Amino acid sequence: MEATIEVSGLRKRFGPTLALDGMSFTVLPGQVTGFVGPNGAGKSTTMRVVLGLDAPDAGTALIGGRPYQSLRRPLTGVGALLDAAALQPSRSARNHLLWLAHSQGLTASRVDEVVAQSGLQAVIRRKAGGYSLGMRQRLGIAAALLGDPPVLMLDEPFNGMDPEGIVWMRGFLRSLAAQGRAVLVSSHLMGELQDTADHLVVAGRGRVIADASVAELIATASGGRVSVATTAPGRATEVLSAAGAQVAAAGPGPLIIAGLEAERVVALLSRNAVPFSEVSAHRATLEDAYLELTRDAVEFRPAPSERAAR
Amino acid sequence: MTVTPYQSRLREGPYGFADLLHAEWTKFRTVRGWIIAVIVGGLAIAAFALAPGQQGSCNVSSCTAPVGPGGEEVSDSFYFVHQPLSGNGSITVRVASLTGEIPVLTQRAAMRDGLVPWAKAGIIIKASTSPGSAYAAMMVTGSHGVRMQDDFTQDMPGLPGAVSATSPRWLRLTRSGDTITGYDSADGTHWAQVGTATLAGLPQVAQVGLFTTSPGYLQTSLGEASVSGGPSVATGVFDHVGLSWPSGAWAGDNVGGGGGSPGGTAGSSRAADTFTITGTGDIAPVVAGGGGAGVTIAQTLVGTFAGLIVLVVAAAMFMTAEYRRRLILVTLTAAPRRGRVLAAKAVIIGTVTFAAGLVSAAIAVVLGQRVLRGNGAYVYPASLLTQVRVIVGTAAVLAVAAVIAVAIGTILRRGIGAVAVVVMVIVLPYMFTVAAPILPVGPADWLLRLTPAAGFAIQQTLVQYPQVTNTYTAASGYYPLPPWAGLAVLCAWAALALSLAVFLLRRRDA
Repeated sequence: MEATIEVSGLRKRFGPTLALDGMSFTVLPGQVTGFVGPNGAGKSTTMRVVLGLDAPDAGTALIGGRPYQSLRRPLTGVGALLDAAALQPSRSARNHLLWLAHSQGLTASRVDEVVAQSGLQAVIRRKAGGYSLGMRQRLGIAAALLGDPPVLMLDEPFNGMDPEGIVWMRGFLRSLAAQGRAVLVSSHLMGELQDTADHLVVAGRGRVIADASVAELIATASGGRVSVATTAPGRATEVLSAAGAQVAAAGPGPLIIAGLEAERVVALLSRNAVPFSEVSAHRATLEDAYLELTRDAVEFRPAPSERAAR
Repeated sequence: MTVTPYQSRLREGPYGFADLLHAEWTKFRTVRGWIIAVIVGGLAIAAFALAPGQQGSCNVSSCTAPVGPGGEEVSDSFYFVHQPLSGNGSITVRVASLTGEIPVLTQRAAMRDGLVPWAKAGIIIKASTSPGSAYAAMMVTGSHGVRMQDDFTQDMPGLPGAVSATSPRWLRLTRSGDTITGYDSADGTHWAQVGTATLAGLPQVAQVGLFTTSPGYLQTSLGEASVSGGPSVATGVFDHVGLSWPSGAWAGDNVGGGGGSPGGTAGSSRAADTFTITGTGDIAPVVAGGGGAGVTIAQTLVGTFAGLIVLVVAAAMFMTAEYRRRLILVTLTAAPRRGRVLAAKAVIIGTVTFAAGLVSAAIAVVLGQRVLRGNGAYVYPASLLTQVRVIVGTAAVLAVAAVIAVAIGTILRRGIGAVAVVVMVIVLPYMFTVAAPILPVGPADWLLRLTPAAGFAIQQTLVQYPQVTNTYTAASGYYPLPPWAGLAVLCAWAALALSLAVFLLRRRDA
């Protein structure tokens, strides 16, 4: 089976809410694809549609070119973690994995393998109801790996993990992708994916806003701006504004200058005797890129009329 | 970028519905609460049977009824004026009147004129005077006209209408080998054959003669919910006795009587060629309920409803816990063909509850009968085959009810609601019609035909006899539907609930 997820033109309405509005993207093997967007952007709904849990009003979702429902042993095709809390609390974590293994014709020895991979050996015979959210996430990862699938789809796997767990999860996801698997990881916090994802699908209001590699996104967000470290920000702003630049001062940090090239900035500051320690091409963070992209897609942002009414 | 897509290290093996069954079984057995519920449900059924329960005052002599040629228990008591007949022959008689007395229920030991519908006076050819022996008889009855009856369970109608001085009835019985033929006539000239009976192994010398008997009087009120009654007596007047052989001496015997007649009136007198015979009792199969005195083996299974409630709770939770914990996401991801998931759940819960029901019902029926008999209660005997049917049927009722609970749980997605619905449609109708009958017989019988509670009919062991007056109510062990038909009604409900559940499970977003 080809290790891809292809989502094409998904539309889905829940009552008055348009959850998916033409969602389309492709997840390729061998890399971690981050699926980011604010709450309500349609990430979870997209995953549910891919897994055949929700029926879309329009569009298709294919795993390796086939609809999920047609997979013979689905967990050997796709491993998914949708909701780490979806557990019978009185059943032991091991037995949770055991029934799941049995449902795919797999044996207990496979359970032991994924338990070792997810680092849960010491607690696996405890009742799942006593697990912390971080442990449940690991259990969910173990469940997703049961079928040794070429495609993995994880919804917010970093939620509730301690810092050590987050580091483990990042490394683990990268190693899974390095084996040639397609790994789709959703998050509403871009920072979680900064050092993990190779490729990003940014969603907002039920559709894809950006679909690019991490490097491309950062370059776009940086947009030829210049960053200036100076001990006289007031004077620098005055000089550079007079030359037609837009100057943004974000607290005590460097000034971000748009509309002037770095050489011009150095020349102007030198000529006007403004002290500065560093002028460099500004490099945006992934967070910046994300905030810029999703500015219009955040659902809870008040509409202009509401703002006027205050 | 060139990437080698990942190849799973897991080999493709055989995969099918059996894997889903395996998964659902693993799910069920790994929640301790559900296993405990199944054990408790089974124990509840056994506990009701073994609890002190129904008392009685029976011992071997007072409660063991005679057994008829067909193996069923019978009552066989009547006043018999008889003489032996060797070989073939026939007896003819005219019944000039049949009158009787019935109890005044508001006054102790008082009697008034009246005749019960199945009071009997006529002629009989009987293997011996021992209760339960084979016989064939022609008789006039209180309100069912002339009948020919034989060996307790057979009943054929002859001339209709009541007997009186102006409208007497002539009766004739003819023996030819093992075959007895009955005739009746309104005038002693024009005869009609009523029927024939074959009494296998009728001895060469049979007892032939005149008899009268009268079964207990029953009065029902509140739609048969309340029954009262007492013994009655009847008196037949016979003349024109004609025998095909030279008459010997007549002997009078209160067969099976033991002096049980009100006022000790049973007996006979003869004036010239007129015989007057007074008797009480019945020649008929024993029935349970208002007209009978014992309990059936279903009494040992009164705990079925309690066990059913517990098992239904476990069964409903088996499904609704999936929704409560959103585990249904994982289940349907693992098995996207949703109808098969529900089928696997139904098979597992059905098998588990059937097994629990089988063990507990077997314990209840086998040991419960001993407890009842030890308490002195009279238990109507049932054949081994019937007992097996009751035990297996009870297990089936529990299993099908559990499947209904899984289906309703899928439809409602709420445990409490599902349990409430199942209890409402299965347990409540049973309670109100059988266990604690508060409904009139009419509505009760309709509930037991239409609701899933009809399935409890599988526990009935009694047969209704039209020739025996009784309150044939569910409360006394007579269901409106035959055993397997009742179970079929329950199964039909299960099929309906499962179909709706599959439809909704497929259509809804998980």
